[in-house]
Amino acid sequence: MDIIVCIKQVPDTAEIRINPETNTLMREGVPSIINPFDLHALEAALQIREQLGGRVTVLTMGPPQAEVSLREAVSMGADEAVLLSDRAFAGSDTWATSYTLARAIKKLGAHLIFCGKQAIDGDTAQVGPETAEFLDMPHISYIRKIEEVRDDYIRVERMMDDGYDVVESSLPVLLTVVRELNQPRMPSLKGKMAAKKAVIKKMGMADIDAREEDLGLRGSPTQVKNIFAPEIRAERRMIGGTAEEQVYTLIKELRESKCL
Amino acid sequence: MDYFLDEEQSMIRDLARQIADDKVMPVRAELDEKEEFPWEIMKTLAQSDFFGIYVPEEYGGLGKGGFELALVIEELSRACLGVSTTYAANALGTYPILLYGSDEQKRKYLPGIASGEKLVAFGLTEANAGSDASGVQTTAKLEGSEYVLNGTKQWITNGGEAEIYTIIAMTDKAKGARGASAFIVEKGTPGLSFGKKENKLGIKASSTRELIFENCRVPRENLIGKQGMGFIIAMKTLDNSRTGVGAQGVGVAQGAFDAAAAYARERHQFGQPIISIQAVQHMLADMATGIEAARALVYSVARFIDSKVKDVSKESAMAKLFATDVAMKVTVDAVQVMGGAGYMKEYPVEKMMRDAKILQIYEGTNQIQRNVIGQAIIKESARL
Repeated sequence: MDIIVCIKQVPDTAEIRINPETNTLMREGVPSIINPFDLHALEAALQIREQLGGRVTVLTMGPPQAEVSLREAVSMGADEAVLLSDRAFAGSDTWATSYTLARAIKKLGAHLIFCGKQAIDGDTAQVGPETAEFLDMPHISYIRKIEEVRDDYIRVERMMDDGYDVVESSLPVLLTVVRELNQPRMPSLKGKMAAKKAVIKKMGMADIDAREEDLGLRGSPTQVKNIFAPEIRAERRMIGGTAEEQVYTLIKELRESKCL
Repeated sequence: MDYFLDEEQSMIRDLARQIADDKVMPVRAELDEKEEFPWEIMKTLAQSDFFGIYVPEEYGGLGKGGFELALVIEELSRACLGVSTTYAANALGTYPILLYGSDEQKRKYLPGIASGEKLVAFGLTEANAGSDASGVQTTAKLEGSEYVLNGTKQWITNGGEAEIYTIIAMTDKAKGARGASAFIVEKGTPGLSFGKKENKLGIKASSTRELIFENCRVPRENLIGKQGMGFIIAMKTLDNSRTGVGAQGVGVAQGAFDAAAAYARERHQFGQPIISIQAVQHMLADMATGIEAARALVYSVARFIDSKVKDVSKESAMAKLFATDVAMKVTVDAVQVMGGAGYMKEYPVEKMMRDAKILQIYEGTNQIQRNVIGQAIIKESARL
């Protein structure tokens, strides 16, 4: 079983402070971490490798310093690490990022591809599913449990707002995972020593047969016009009285406002 | 203070610290309250290769020494002494095999120990033998190709949970200390059973039980070293493990100090944080000084032992004695600095104070450590 785990290096949002004057994030000096959801993706891949054998490759697109995150993934047990880095990739939105990742995955080849459900810095949750589309491959998002996995088949639970779906798929398939899936392991000392020496495979535009116009800023259709925090305008009112009176008032008001 | 750790030593300490912070601290109060053996934490430590730190690489370990082990023990002890006792007792039980085991014994047992798949316990103490190790009454009689063990070991850390036990038993009572021998006994051997779990003042997450041997037969190959070497093996084992107890003292003291200093910054009395009151500052200053002195001594002795010098009894006794006396004083003072809050279970220092007491007692009471140091002084002065 060849498994690719897509990871992203993100600023540790727990450590970020806001500049009180400009209301912008102060990214300077903020430590970088592996996107927490991606650690669950990696753990899932490692568990499947332990069960079925095979290789786990971690893949990231980013600047050269993203290598640190790849080494961390190796210290947790990944067999191989690939850094997608090229000036041509700079400025990618989720569309261009997904295209680039898909080209690389096509080159590397895999039966299973794992992603975190979203990154904590952008929170779009688009890159996983879009990558699957570019690969012309099925995807299942928000996986909270892997019920069964074989060489050509997988059955998982997909978390929904009102419960969960059981989804079956043939392989290859791309899966995005939620925290409930598992508990990511700690790195091991031998893994850390191996990670120090690990050779990180580097891939650029020329290595993935990509069209330059589809990459980076040029390949990104997203236009950011404005970023702002939404204002919350909802009115709030506490209903008093005994429980019965509260229920009576609530029903009456809901009826009056045509909600019921 | 910077102790000039190399890259791998820093890595070992940092990962141990991460495990202590993320996996041990959140559960330590519950483990203490429920007196629950920390299996989950032991599994994490195993998966992260911590059981193999001091085991040679040829047997699946990392090939590091007592110094690196001390770094790990210190970090775990900062969070919970019950957890670190469980971990460190493993090394205590392994030293007899590591120091005196045959190649065959090492090949058979060390890989499972290094991977953390098998926990180890050391069995020396009995009802009438502890500080006086020569009072051991458990016997081992050679019958054909087997030794038959009879007797009861008491207060054995990891008893019942460990898979491998290194046991000191008398093969020739008439010879006194020279009649003791060391054996490997595996859990599940007919004739080995476990007494009740002891109800202790502290280190409640660790398991402490009796080992009961009733015509327990072990193959002759399970004798460690030669017959009659049991007492020497026990003493050399303790020489090596004592810096680990010292590291426990440094760790728990640091944990208590950190809690007390943080609280003293937040607690206001007389219109100011109590940390700005000189009476409190002086207590914290003495605590910090004691901890740094203890750490410097423990690290120096651990490095000294790793340099493979022959006789380390005096130095290792000093490290154990000093660091654990510091631990007792600092944990008591941490409770005092924190006042009523320190006495409450919402804060970790009352547990640390309860836990710390054992450090002055086990692996040789601090009075015995002074005896060891005293005897070394007599020997040295005779040479002058």
